[in-house]
Amino acid sequence: MVSVLKRGLAIITLLIIGYWLAQGLAGVPFGQDKMLVGQYYLDHVKQQTGAVNAVTAIVVNYRGFDTLGEVTVLFIASTGVAALLWGKRRKRTAKTEGSIVLTTGTRLLAPFVMLFGAYIFIHGHLTPGGGFPGGATIATAFLLMYMAFTVYEIPHRAFEKTEGLVGMGYVIVGLIGLAIGGYFLFDWIWQTWGWGHNNIGRLFSGGFIPVIYTIIGIKVGTELSGIIDNMLKEEVSE
Amino acid sequence: MSLPHISAFYFASIALVLIGLYAVLVKKNILKMLIGLSIMETGVNLLLISIGYISGRSAPILSEGIGPNQAVDPIPQALVLTAIVIGVATTAMALSAVIVLYKRYGTLNVEEIRRLRG
Repeated sequence: MVSVLKRGLAIITLLIIGYWLAQGLAGVPFGQDKMLVGQYYLDHVKQQTGAVNAVTAIVVNYRGFDTLGEVTVLFIASTGVAALLWGKRRKRTAKTEGSIVLTTGTRLLAPFVMLFGAYIFIHGHLTPGGGFPGGATIATAFLLMYMAFTVYEIPHRAFEKTEGLVGMGYVIVGLIGLAIGGYFLFDWIWQTWGWGHNNIGRLFSGGFIPVIYTIIGIKVGTELSGIIDNMLKEEVSE
Repeated sequence: MSLPHISAFYFASIALVLIGLYAVLVKKNILKMLIGLSIMETGVNLLLISIGYISGRSAPILSEGIGPNQAVDPIPQALVLTAIVIGVATTAMALSAVIVLYKRYGTLNVEEIRRLRG
């Protein structure tokens, strides 16, 4: 039995790796204050960015380049999925329509799911969430439509154009910061305009975080919907 | 050889990484290997988040009653936000590659695909 030998060897190797990892992690205390830069971010996040959610402030403002790279990775993934599954005539070939409960429920639920997604990404600087969870929620609404209706398809042209435009919008926001403040992704709304300085903790604050998160939310929503669309369609012969 | 004392969160994340690695090493179905990759990714994310935890503190959203000294480390959370999205992107790419593979070879068994080639 080769399989048993293989399994045994794999388990032994993995146990050795696990012991080694555990030994390494034994030196890292759990639940203790290990913050160096994190404390600086927590102390200064309110006056430097205007956001109360430190995580989104870090993601968009302090380490904006990470987010730009992340959006690029997601864009490449959606383009790559489209390229891999590219076919001449691709159609939805699902045969069974959802039950009446499913279709009616989807009709009622989809707008609410989209509304909640928009709520998540607009309030990224105040509540947990931000552009990526909000965008994923919006894509969930489209997935629901795809699952319930056999003929539903997203409007491709409009979706692809929106995706490209909001992606450009992100870079343009960064470039305006370069022109005003001297470096890419400089928070010009907060630092130069001082917009919303006496409004911290309310909707109209947070510098450019709500703007960028709206852009990211729309971009992620359209991209994930595009991936869903590409994966659910099949090649039609004839 | 004495076992090191580590927190349950570290132990669970190491276990998830190992389970994922086991699936990648042993399983022959490509889809199962991809599931293993996703489990590994979850383990890594759990490890990153649990390293940033500080006992008794709350989420890093500074509101009434939660000052800068009552919040956990926000940096690992930002890092994991990035890592999750990249994981989703790679999984989507890999899944479409699997669709193409199945269309071309009619099987998802890695050994058979290797045999069919050439």
